[in-house]
Amino acid sequence: MLSLIIMISLSVLILASAILAVQTKNLVVAVIAAGLVSLMASIGYLLLAAPDVAMTEAAIGSGLSTIIFFYVLNRVRGRDNG
Amino acid sequence: MVKKLFVIIVLIGLAVFFYGMLSSFSGNETLNMSAAYYAENGAEEVGAANLVTAIVVTYRGLDTLGEVTILFLTAAIAAFFLKSKDNFSKRKVKESSELLKTASSMLVPLIFTLGIYVFVNGHLTPGGGFQGGAILASGLVLLLLSEPLQKVNSVLFAVVESISGLFYVGIGVAGIFLAGGFLDNSILPLGEFGTLLSAGALPVIYILVGLKVGSELSGLLTKFQETQEEN
Repeated sequence: MLSLIIMISLSVLILASAILAVQTKNLVVAVIAAGLVSLMASIGYLLLAAPDVAMTEAAIGSGLSTIIFFYVLNRVRGRDNG
Repeated sequence: MVKKLFVIIVLIGLAVFFYGMLSSFSGNETLNMSAAYYAENGAEEVGAANLVTAIVVTYRGLDTLGEVTILFLTAAIAAFFLKSKDNFSKRKVKESSELLKTASSMLVPLIFTLGIYVFVNGHLTPGGGFQGGAILASGLVLLLLSEPLQKVNSVLFAVVESISGLFYVGIGVAGIFLAGGFLDNSILPLGEFGTLLSAGALPVIYILVGLKVGSELSGLLTKFQETQEEN
C-alpha cells in the first residue's frame, strides 16, 4: 500500500515537473524540470525492482542530457539572452 | 482556439486509450519460459551475480552489440556534420565562475572513478558499460563547462573507441571457436561466483563497452565544442 502511495505521488510529481518544463519562460528552470522528470522516473524504476534501468535513466536522462542542455545554454546565452 | 480544442480532444482520446489498456492489464503470476530458464540457469552457466548483466551481455549479447553499433553510427554521422573550424583557439569566451571551476576540479575525478567503478563491477552490481560510459561522458562535459577553452584530444577518443569496438567483436568471434557460440563468455574460466574476476569474459566485455560508450559520447561532445564559432 505504501509503495502504491509513493508511486502515485511520484507520477504526480513527474506530471507536474513535465508541465512546468513546457510552460515556464525561464530556460534554466525548464532544463532542471526536465531533468527532474527523469530523476523521478528513475526512483520509480528502483521501487519496481529494476536498478539497472534506474541507473541508466539517472545517468543518461537526468545526468548527461541535463548537463548537455546547460552546456548549450551557456554557449547560446551570449547572443540573445535566451 | 481550434488548436486548443484539437489538443484537448487528442488528450481525451489518449486518456480513454490508456484507461482501456490499464483496465485490461493483469500481471504475470509466473515467469515465462525463457525468463524462467535465465533465472534458474543464469547464475550457473554465466557465473554473474547480476542476472541482468548475464542476460544483456551473454544470452542477448547480439542485441548489445547492435545497440553499441547504433550509438557508433549516431556518433559518426554527427561527427560528419560537425566539421571543426580553425578559429577554435582564437575564440573569446566568458570566464567560468570560480564556484564552477573549484567544484568541477573536485568532482570530476570522483565522477570518473564512479564511472569506472560502475562498468568494472557491471557483473556484480546494477549498472554496466552503458551507464558507466554515460557517467564518464557527463564528467567530461562538466570539465568542458568549467574550462571552455580546454583543448581535448579527440583523436585519443577515436582510437580508444575503435580499439575497444574491435576487441569486443574479437571476443565475440573467439567465443565461436573456443566456446559455445558468438559472445559466449566461457572462453575465460568462470571463477568464483560473486568475485570481481568471475563470469569469464563478461567483465572484459563490459569494460570494453564502457570504454567504447564513454569515448564515443566524449568524442561527440569534443567535436561539438570544437565546432562552435566565435560569439
